[in-house]
Amino acid sequence: MRIHADQEKCCGAGSCVLAAPDVFDQREEDGIVVVLDAEPPAALHDAVREAAAICPAAAISVSD
Amino acid sequence: MTTAERTAPLDAPDAPDALAVPAARAPGCPFDPAPGVARAVHEEPVTRATLWDGSACWLVTRHQDVRQVLGDQRFSADAHLPGFPFLTAGGREILSGGTTFIRQDDPEHARLRRMLTADFMVKKVEAMRPEVQRLADELIDRMTDGRTSADLVTDFALPLPSLVICLLLGVPYEDHGYFQERSRILLSLRSTAEEVRTAQLELVAYLTRLAESKRERPDDGIVSRLVARGELSFAEIATMGRLLLVAGHETTANMTALSTLALLRNPDQLARLRAEPSLVKGAVEELLRYLTIVHNGVPRVATEDVEVGGRTIRAGEGVLCTINTANRDEDVFPGGEALDVTRDARRHVAFGFGVHQCLGQPLARVELQIAVETLIRRLPGLRLDIPFEDVAFRSDMAIYGVHSLPVAW
Repeated sequence: MRIHADQEKCCGAGSCVLAAPDVFDQREEDGIVVVLDAEPPAALHDAVREAAAICPAAAISVSD
Repeated sequence: MTTAERTAPLDAPDAPDALAVPAARAPGCPFDPAPGVARAVHEEPVTRATLWDGSACWLVTRHQDVRQVLGDQRFSADAHLPGFPFLTAGGREILSGGTTFIRQDDPEHARLRRMLTADFMVKKVEAMRPEVQRLADELIDRMTDGRTSADLVTDFALPLPSLVICLLLGVPYEDHGYFQERSRILLSLRSTAEEVRTAQLELVAYLTRLAESKRERPDDGIVSRLVARGELSFAEIATMGRLLLVAGHETTANMTALSTLALLRNPDQLARLRAEPSLVKGAVEELLRYLTIVHNGVPRVATEDVEVGGRTIRAGEGVLCTINTANRDEDVFPGGEALDVTRDARRHVAFGFGVHQCLGQPLARVELQIAVETLIRRLPGLRLDIPFEDVAFRSDMAIYGVHSLPVAW
């Protein structure tokens, strides 16, 4: 799995951090998404898919 | 006031046109969406509705369609555009207090919102837990001191988020009577245009004075930091402050009170939570889904022809996304008419969807988790102190909930 997060689209709602805190974080200065692990282990794939599904700005995409 | 300025007859039971909005809930079912709107999910998920002034708009009722509309920037949040649906005459007057980013589109919306995103990011808000917990415990201490009954709204549910948003903004809590009253006028569907205009101007004037005072005596609140940033005028800071102040007040307050009532009405669910407090985080998501206090639909206007749920919405036509029906959509939440604190409810759209999704949601979550957990832990004998039938629900307000909640313990 490879994750791409579009920082231009991100609206800083923080849903991804709540869904997958080991994979996503927010920039200190403006709360915009930061990917901590762009190729997370299989155990986190479900949480990442959930984060992508609930992202209000459709800023997170995932490829296998 | 002319007849056209009056608000819709909100209490009219079984109005002949079921899809006049705002629609009345069924008697005895205060937690469920209005029956006519709820039926539309199955029968005609994208359907026509009539507003208070006789104008028409579209209602979008299903989960997938609500997400589509709110996630598509061809649906504008700009309330100045012709066709934008207002729920009341007062609703239009919201614009008199200056335009806020919730009624603007990108790129201006994103520019203004990003001035605030750092203040509401998950890590920042999580760090506030000990402070929010301290405030919650103090309120319970005061509420239970020598008493066995109280109004949960005035003694706990409202002061908790009020104290927190005042702290965050740098607004003196001593003034809470002033802005809570004006906040109530802004959110009442019964307020006249004139009342809304006056309340807006008073709040903005209050916050303009406050912003000016921060130039002399800066603190680490949001208002002060916006002043120091130097990108916005005092009037613009006041407008943004008003949005945060009003949004921070009644939303969490009503979610807290209504959640308490919903749990008292579902004793098996309450018992489950008491037995397993680790369920509280998930239970708060489920309560957000089940109760959805933004109950009258989120307004947008199409800027191009767009197909939604098999219907074509034309450029210039207004849309209301009824997120309370989306959150009961059986395709996403099987058995969704029931409150189930063990459900995975994370896909709810109670905070909206799209780039306008609630900025304060991490804060709302922390406040609600602490409020629910504290009430359960501190008041094991909590019960409703009046007959359920006598509870006054807020059908007349933009944010649903209860006007008061007499409880005993």
